[in-house]
Amino acid sequence: CGYHVWNFSEVQILITSRPRRPKLTFVVPQHLCMTNCPTLIVTVGLPARGKTYISKKLTRYLNWIGVPTKEFNVGQYRRECLKIYKSFEFFRPDNEEGLKIRRQCALAALNDVRQYLSVEGGQVAVFDATNTTRERRGTIVKFAEQNDFKVFFVESVCEDPDVIAQNIVQVKLGSPDYIHCNTEEAIEDFMKRIKCYESSYQPLDEALDRDLSYITIMDVGRRYLVNRVLDHIQSRIVYYLMNIHITPRSIYLCRHGESDLNIKGRIGGDSGLSARGKEFARSLMKFIQEQNIKDLKVCTSQMKRTIQTAECLGVPYEQWKPLNEIDAGVCEEMMYEEIQEHYPLEFALRDQDKYRYRYPKGESYEDLVQRLEPVIMELERQENVLVICHQAVMRCLLAYFLDKSADELPYLKCPLHTVLKLTPMAYGCKVESVCLSVDAVNTHRDRPEKTHMLNYLIKCNFFSCFYFTCCKHKYSNWKKRFSSVTFFSCFVKDALTCSHSHNIFQCFESVLRDSPGAQKKKYFVEFVGSTKIF
Amino acid sequence: MSGTQRTLTQNPLEKTWVPSLKTRLSQRRGSSVPQFTNSPTMIVMVGLPARGKTYISKKLTRYLNWIGVTTKGINLTPQGFTRDSACAIAALKDVCDYFTRGQGQVVVFDATNTTLERREVIRSFAKENGYKVCYFLGQVKLTSPDYADCDKEEAVADFLKRIDCYKLTYVPLDDDKDRNLSYIKIFNVGSRYLVNQVQDHIQSRIVYYLMNIHVTPRSIYLCRHGESELNLVGRIGGDSGLSTGGAKFASALGAYLRGQCISDLKVWTSHMKRTIQTAEALGVQYEQWKALNEIDAGVCEDMTYEEIQENYPEEFALRDQDKYRYRYPKGESYEDLVQRLEPVIMELERQENVLVICHQAVMRCLLAYFLDKSANELPYLKCPLHTVLKLTPVAYGCKVESVFLNIEAVNTHRDKPVNVDVDREPAEALETVPDHV
Repeated sequence: CGYHVWNFSEVQILITSRPRRPKLTFVVPQHLCMTNCPTLIVTVGLPARGKTYISKKLTRYLNWIGVPTKEFNVGQYRRECLKIYKSFEFFRPDNEEGLKIRRQCALAALNDVRQYLSVEGGQVAVFDATNTTRERRGTIVKFAEQNDFKVFFVESVCEDPDVIAQNIVQVKLGSPDYIHCNTEEAIEDFMKRIKCYESSYQPLDEALDRDLSYITIMDVGRRYLVNRVLDHIQSRIVYYLMNIHITPRSIYLCRHGESDLNIKGRIGGDSGLSARGKEFARSLMKFIQEQNIKDLKVCTSQMKRTIQTAECLGVPYEQWKPLNEIDAGVCEEMMYEEIQEHYPLEFALRDQDKYRYRYPKGESYEDLVQRLEPVIMELERQENVLVICHQAVMRCLLAYFLDKSADELPYLKCPLHTVLKLTPMAYGCKVESVCLSVDAVNTHRDRPEKTHMLNYLIKCNFFSCFYFTCCKHKYSNWKKRFSSVTFFSCFVKDALTCSHSHNIFQCFESVLRDSPGAQKKKYFVEFVGSTKIF
Repeated sequence: MSGTQRTLTQNPLEKTWVPSLKTRLSQRRGSSVPQFTNSPTMIVMVGLPARGKTYISKKLTRYLNWIGVTTKGINLTPQGFTRDSACAIAALKDVCDYFTRGQGQVVVFDATNTTLERREVIRSFAKENGYKVCYFLGQVKLTSPDYADCDKEEAVADFLKRIDCYKLTYVPLDDDKDRNLSYIKIFNVGSRYLVNQVQDHIQSRIVYYLMNIHVTPRSIYLCRHGESELNLVGRIGGDSGLSTGGAKFASALGAYLRGQCISDLKVWTSHMKRTIQTAEALGVQYEQWKALNEIDAGVCEDMTYEEIQENYPEEFALRDQDKYRYRYPKGESYEDLVQRLEPVIMELERQENVLVICHQAVMRCLLAYFLDKSANELPYLKCPLHTVLKLTPVAYGCKVESVFLNIEAVNTHRDKPVNVDVDREPAEALETVPDHV
């Protein structure tokens, strides 16, 4: 029936191995995360200077490279507190009630920051508010000192009325604050709102704030002032902020045309395009011409199939090795069925945690993100770009632009012969999917249900081996918590169904570790009977 | 443009796919820097005379060359005011030659460049030729390392004398009038930067690099893992554990480091068993970097040189012809290694005392960066097992101390043989293979 029959030592491995987790470092050196010093990024600036835009983008970038980050928008807290926004009068500097509420909101947000960084294991928190007075910034610095957080300020300064107007149109008009206003009313009110802050605005000062760590962004990136960058993460943040821009543009992502190995259902390799793949390349060329894109830059990987696709476009293109497909190591050029047959353990482990799983002598998605980081940086710098790449690579890039988690990333749908047009809009990215009407095989494997895993194991004799394994080893005291079969089966059931549950093996391991020989057969049989999962 | 496809052939050396017709549409990429904008760039150092400027020029030049951006430092030694313009013109001609004939990409123009007039000459020269210009203004204090080797008083006197000369004509860049120029100003020994109009990728990389370097005294220790099981039998690559000798080295390394009394030493390894085992013996915290993994020998992994000669004689010969650019089938080249090591170098620049336990090819790449070795020399740098290299930045370069920890190990260094032709005799190919079991 195509299932593998387990032997004793394989079971041992299966039970005792955990999902692969690179011991430390990937994109961000682990010493960063190991020092108990989380970072608090604090925005500074008048309304409509792009603070929220920067906060959200930075949060997305840091999470993508693996630094757990969360943003805290004080405006949101204010909206939750006030429920209804009446007018700019709330923000007047002489509105005592308003000031009180705003201060409370800031403190509530800081409290949540503390919760996130000190208790929930966050590494970076972005405190998004105007923070325009030295006094407010002083409060934040004190708060950070008390909690052992490093502080890094990101100030945005801009006096260009066109930029400010565009900002208001793009993100303020649609804000919950102005849901009941027409455009003119909203703009007028918002301009008055800005005025409320202007008189008390104390920008970061060369002398007075010389001991603070900060970056001041002037005129949307024409000019930067960087002061006292303390560590690696701050230096990465500065580099990132200096590379992003808001010039309108689109990023086109697609895979190479269907390849010969695709047709055979084999992964990896370096094959050329099939006939349909070549047809796709021609369609792609027509599509690009029709789009009439200004100054389009095209880049490919160094693998034949992406280059062949680009060759058809008749425009200059650049080959980037970091865009090469994920290295499947010993599984290169195999079919999934073959992998299941020859490396059933690997196959099972990959389904358990596809993001972190590394092929033997190959790579993981996690590794891919690390190698794609310079590509993302360059895409941020560029304007109109077409990236012709591969399934796993495209998933990683897409996850960055659409803020997908590590959990979702390996299962994003990136079918052949489909172009995704990404256009940055407001705080996110608009996606248009264009299928170029050339047939191709489907190379997508969905996330298997957990029960598939369990079913699979049962059918291939896993449990008999498990039983023998348990009997073969002498285990000491069956801990009290496992004395009840009901508890035990619930425990396993929980382990299988909760969101972090890829570790059914960990669960079996603890059973293995804790149970004495005599009890085992009884529990085992009852367990098999009691779990109604399969 | 028609949709006809040119046939692709794979370059046998670099394993890159290139169209068989060489037209201006085909491009060959060698560096980690995207080549979208091809205009050559002039980095112009502005400011008062200070050896700090030369320090940064040389360091920047070294870094750019290492990442594959062909860069040259052009120094303008001012010979008094009257001859300035003649000097400048000659230097600018050099720049032109380098960009056109020499195929250079960046020139670091290290001179005083203080007068408005001189800067205008450079600006119009660049505009005429389609070059980009980025100004760099640094203010480096006298406490920079290069002043350590000369008589302090003398240095100060000399420095002040030159400053006085130039103060008369020095016109700093103006925030308003010069708002459209690309420039980077450094204040307070690098704690503060002003960056104006960064135009492109290379300038953004340069700014990032300059922001990460420092002059705090420190040492970088480079060594390979202890001798491995595969080393003993003359096999390359793989992921084997330490041999007995290797384990002894690991202990000796621990003793050596304790003897050095290094404050706050960071220890880095690769993800491969042999470097991790070496670090484990030190009994300190260490960090694993996948980027430090040994060069991937693709289909030749775990083979001996004799087996490579037998199974892939052509590949073996191509490798000897251009060891830097040669990429193993389904593997990597030294050129690829440099690209993947760039973040490691960037972090090494940020750090202070670090011990990097890595591999032969990786160590050669890192060493080439610190010692400014060319792409031709890099793959033949000697990095023997059980030897620690202590690098200490001094003046414009790096002092190297080589410490052999007295534990015997096999030699894994293969020199370039005399005959590198594809049709050479096996004996000729194997003449430089070191002995093994």
